[in-house]
Amino acid sequence: MIETLLQNRTVQVLIESFPRILLPGLAVTIPLTVLSFAFALVIAAAVALVQFARVPVLRQLARVYIWVVRGTPLLVQLFIIFYGLPSMGIVLDAFPTAVIAFSINEGAYCAETIRAALESVPSGQLEAGYCVGMSWWQVMRRIILPQALRTAFPPLSNSLIGMVKDTSLAANITVAEMFMATQRVASYTYQFLPVYCELAVIYLMFCTVLTWVQKQGEKYLNAHGFN
Amino acid sequence: MLEVHDIHKSFGAREVLKGVSLSVDKGSVVAILGPSGSGKTTLLRCINFLEKADGGSLTFDGERLDLARMTRADAARIRRKTAFVFQSYNLFRNKTVLQNVTEGLVVARRMPKAQADAVAVQMLEKVGMADRCGQYPHQLSGGQQQRVAIARALATSPEIIYFDEPTSALDPELTGEVLDVMRQLAAEGMTMLVVTHEMAFAREVSSHVVFMEDGVVVESAPSADFFERPGQERTRAFLRRIAGR
Repeated sequence: MIETLLQNRTVQVLIESFPRILLPGLAVTIPLTVLSFAFALVIAAAVALVQFARVPVLRQLARVYIWVVRGTPLLVQLFIIFYGLPSMGIVLDAFPTAVIAFSINEGAYCAETIRAALESVPSGQLEAGYCVGMSWWQVMRRIILPQALRTAFPPLSNSLIGMVKDTSLAANITVAEMFMATQRVASYTYQFLPVYCELAVIYLMFCTVLTWVQKQGEKYLNAHGFN
Repeated sequence: MLEVHDIHKSFGAREVLKGVSLSVDKGSVVAILGPSGSGKTTLLRCINFLEKADGGSLTFDGERLDLARMTRADAARIRRKTAFVFQSYNLFRNKTVLQNVTEGLVVARRMPKAQADAVAVQMLEKVGMADRCGQYPHQLSGGQQQRVAIARALATSPEIIYFDEPTSALDPELTGEVLDVMRQLAAEGMTMLVVTHEMAFAREVSSHVVFMEDGVVVESAPSADFFERPGQERTRAFLRRIAGR
C-alpha cells in the first residue's frame, strides 16, 4: 500500500519539493527574519527610549517615523527601496533591501510595544532608584528596562512570529526565499494546492518552534522575579 | 542638620504647600502629622527632590540650596546622604531581597560586591529578613517588603531617613513589625523624618511633632507638649477627632 502511495504523482512532488522549499527557508527566510528582527529591536528600543525620556526634537522625529511607517504598506516600502531608490543612484541588492525594509517597518511597531511596556512600569521604581543614589540611566538599565522587557516579551514574540510570515513578501523583490521557491515548484508541477499547502505547513513548523521558545522564555522570566 | 524654609508647591492651580518650614536636628525623630490632603507627603517628596518645589530653600549639612533653581547634580549629591522609605515600599520587582539592598551600594557607590553583600546581610538581619535573601518582592507580605525597604535605606548609611506613611498600605496586624524596626532605629539614634498616621507611634518615638493642615504648619512642638498641651485650637480639634475614632 505504501508503494502505491509513493507512486502517486502528488506524493512524489511533495517529497521532491520538500527540501527545495525547506532549504531556502533555512538559508534565506530564517536569516532574513533573525537579522531584520534584531535590527528592528535596536531601532525600537532607541525610538521608545527617546519618547519615554521626552528628549526634545528626537521625540517628535520618533512620532513622525512611527506615523509614516505604520501608515504605509510593507510591500510599498519594499518596492520604494528596491525599485525606487535606484533612480536616485541608490542601488542595493535584494537581500539587504529586504533586511532594511523589514527592520524599519517592524521597528515602528515594536517601538510602540516597548514604549507601552516602559510606561507600564510604576513610577515608584524610578523614584526608588533615585533614592538609593542611582542615576537615570542606571535605573533604566538595571530596573526599568528589564521589567519592561518582561511585559513586552509576549507582544514582541507576536511580532517575531508575524515577521517570519511577512518575509514571504520579499519574493516580490527577487529574494529567493521559501515563497519564491514554492512558486517555482508550483509553476512546473502544476500541483498548486498540495505544494502551497506544503509551504504553509513549513511556515507552521517554524512558528511552532518559535511559540515553544516563547513559552520557555516566559518560564525563565517568571522564575527570575519577572511576574 | 536639615532645615527647610518657606517651601511652596502647586499642582496646576491648586497650591499644596503654602510656605512650609521645619528643621530636623541630628539624632532626632520628627513626626509630620495632619489630616489627609494637608500636604505632608508632598512636603517630604519636595525635600528629597521627587517633586520640584516652586520656591523655598533647603539646608543640608550646612549646604544651602534654592529649591526652585537647583540642578539634578545637586539633587543626586544630597540624595546620597539620605534615604527614603515609601508608603508602597517600591522594592525593585526584578531583584531579589539581597539585590534590592546591594543595588544602591554596588551600582551607585561602586562598592565591591562581596562587601555589599556583607553589608546587606547585616542590614537584613537587623530587620529580621536575612533568611529571605533569595526571594523576590512578590513572594513577601507587605510588612516584610517594607522591612526590606528599610534595610535598603539603612545600607547606604544615610544621615537621615525619610519615611512616607510607611505603614499606611499595611494590614493592621502587619504594622507592628514595621513600627518595631523604626522604634529600634530611633533608639539607636538614627535621624528620621516621618510622615505618619500612627498617633501612638508618634507620641512614643518622636522627639518633635510638626502638625500640618491645608498646606501650612499649624503647630510645631516637642512631642510631649504637642500631645499634652496643644497650643492651637486646630491641633486640639485634630487630636479630638483622632481620639474619637
